[in-house]
Parts: sequence; structure tokens; C-alpha cells
Amino acid sequence: MLKLIQKEFVLELRRKSVISGLALYLFSTVFIYYLTFNLRQNLINPLVWSALFWVTILFSSVNTIAKSFIGEKRGQEIYFYSLTSPESIIFSKLLYNFLLSTVLSFAGFGLFILFINNPIADNFIFALTILLTSWGFSSSLTLLSSIAAKANNSNILMTVLSFPIVISILLLAIKITKNCIDELDRSTSYDELLTLLAINCLVTAMSYLLFPYIWRS
Amino acid sequence: MRKNWWKIVCIVLLIYTSIGGLLFAVPRLNIVNETIRALYFHVPMWFGMVMMFLISTIYAVLYLKNPLAKHDTYSYSFAHVGLVLGLLGIVTGMIWANYTWGSPWHGDPKQTGAAIALLVYFAYFVLRGSVSNDEQKARLSAVYNIFAFTAMIPLIFIIPRMTSSMHPGSGGNPGFNMYDLDSKMRMVFYPAVIGWILMGTWIATLRIRIQLVKEKIEDIEDGQAH
Repeated sequence: MLKLIQKEFVLELRRKSVISGLALYLFSTVFIYYLTFNLRQNLINPLVWSALFWVTILFSSVNTIAKSFIGEKRGQEIYFYSLTSPESIIFSKLLYNFLLSTVLSFAGFGLFILFINNPIADNFIFALTILLTSWGFSSSLTLLSSIAAKANNSNILMTVLSFPIVISILLLAIKITKNCIDELDRSTSYDELLTLLAINCLVTAMSYLLFPYIWRS
Repeated sequence: MRKNWWKIVCIVLLIYTSIGGLLFAVPRLNIVNETIRALYFHVPMWFGMVMMFLISTIYAVLYLKNPLAKHDTYSYSFAHVGLVLGLLGIVTGMIWANYTWGSPWHGDPKQTGAAIALLVYFAYFVLRGSVSNDEQKARLSAVYNIFAFTAMIPLIFIIPRMTSSMHPGSGGNPGFNMYDLDSKMRMVFYPAVIGWILMGTWIATLRIRIQLVKEKIEDIEDGQAH
């Protein structure tokens, strides 16, 4: 299983174009925000900021994680199938996608600070939120990507399938972000953070249980 | 096949709730007034929808345990009826909101939650449409069904309760709870819920029968072609 995780990293680092493509994707999105809002800097109030931020993170996560199964070749899958159990495959993919989307989210946060501004008052809670949402996104999107990879026109299907599912995670994240911006007391966000954690555990458990059935086909 | 008593119960209950819901006396409450009668028609739709989706998910689990084409047919027929009930629920809610809140769509947490729940099941049918292999279609959609249903639970049952809402029953508005729903209303409300659930099941079983007959006809035609 460690080998599998290692394989993901090695493959990813070897395909430098993909990583740099993602980085460029994120960069150009933020840059477009910067250019379009440049005329009226005061247009970006904290609420607009959090909306832009989470939409950016959502789209880049969907794009990143979508390719975790769609990019795999047919023969490769059969090779893994003969080699390991589906549980270790989903686990390694989950972990890898989690790390990737966390890095992506923090990079996005950095770019937002650089080009737009930083309205976040409570950095600790916000970082916790980013971690939890990355976990939630990666665990739900990985399973959906494996479903979409089996169907035709998988890229469109991926977006259609994933948005209704990740919306509950996104809504909670936006709510906590608002609390962070408004400098509310930390205890006001605890409820939401706990709910987020519970949803994540639920979604991860479901992906873990359901993945073997997809893998078999 | 002779067990038709529940269909008669369904018809009787629905006729009773349509008459009772429109004619019986209702308590006067702030803001809602006479529109409280929407409770008899709007809320049972959601009960019915959740029930249909639950049955659909149970059949999806059964399919994964034991892949029979029959289970898949059951699963998506129930999802179909659940979707129709959900649409009716959202439309009746919008008619009510038009008179009480002043506009049909208000971006209320409960409205968004309901809309997303419907989107999930629209996506389910898109998924079914885009897989050509029958067996794979059944398996993938069963997995998505279970996954979507579990992801929907926080959306419908938890998040709306955490945020303030103008919907009756939360945020200090009178509505569906033990203090303002007096016992007379219960006399109509519970039969309405049971009636609509039975109605949904009835439609679903009809759809299932049509589907099974279609499959049988196709099998026979295939047999003749060879």
C-alpha cells in the first residue's frame, strides 16, 4: 500500500506538465479576478472574497481529482487489479488527492492574499476549514471520478455528479469563512466544524465501502 | 396479486384528505392564517419523496449484494416517483410562498436544500443515460444512489436546522411542531402522509410492471430473431 502511494507521487512528479498546468490554472484564475476587479478595488468586500475563493478551490479540486481515474489507462487498471485489493487502491488515492487538494487550497489562499487582499481575521480556524474541506472534496470526488471514468463523456458527467454532493460541504465552509472574516468568537464556528468533520467521516466511509463494487466492473 | 386492499386504503385516505384538508376548521395562527392548509398537501410530498428515495436506496444496496436486474428496475422506478413527488413538493411550496412571502423563490435554506436534493437525482438519471452497458449502468447507478442518499442526509435534515429560516417550523415562525399543530390537524395530516406514500408506491409498482413486461417482450423478440 505504501508502494501505491509512492507510485502516485512518482507518477505525478514525473508528469511535471500536469502539476505546472494546475498551478497555472490557479494562477490565471486569480489573475483574472485581479484584472476584472482592478477597476473598482472596493467591489471585493469580504463576502465576495469568500465566494470567489471557494468557487476557485471547488473548480480546481474538481479538475485535479477528476483525472485521478479518468487519466488511468485500461491496461494499468487490470494490472493493479491483479496486484492489490481495491481497499488499498482507494485509500492511497484518497490520501494522495487529499494532500494535493490541501496544497492547492493553501496555494490558492496565498495567491488571493498576494493579488486581492486578506480579510481573514482568524487564521487558525480558517486553516482548519481548508484542511477539512480538502478532505471532504477529495473523499467525495475520488469516488465520483471512478464512477465517471466508467461512463461516456466523463468530464461533463464528473461536474454534474459532483456539484450536488459537494454543495453541503461548500455551504458549511462558506459559513465558517464568514465567521472568520467577521472576527466572531471561535466557539461560534465549532458547530459547523463538527458537522463538517461528521460529513467527511460519512463520505469517506461510504467511498471506502462502495469502491470495491465499481472496481470489479 | 390479490393483495389490493392497500390501494383501496390509499384512495379512501386521499379523498378524505382532499375534502378534510379544504373544509375542516383550522387554527388561526400569525402570518400563515388559512394557508396553513398547505400543510396537508405540501408537507406529505416531502415525506413521500424521502420515503421513495429511501426505498430506492435500499434496492440499490440489495442490487450490490445480489445483482439481479429486478432490483435495479425497482431502484430506479422508485427514484423516478420520488423525483416527481419532490417536484410537486417544490411547486406547491412555491405557490404557498408566492402568497405568504411575496415571491415564489426566496433563497431560503430549505428551498435550496430541496432544490439540491432534486439536482442529485437528476444527475442520477443523467448518469444512467450515459452508460451503455446494462450491467455496468445498474452497478454504477446503484453506487451513486447510495452515495447521493447519504450525502443528502446532512443537506435536508441537518443544515436547515442549523441556519435561521423563514420556513414555518423554524426561527420562531408558527408551523409544524407539537405546540401549534393541534390534534384536529393531525387527524388530516397523518392520513395525508400515509396516503401519498401509498400513492407513490402504487405508481412505482405500475412502472416496475411495465418495465418488466417490456424486458420480457424484448427477450422474446431476441429469441425469435435468433
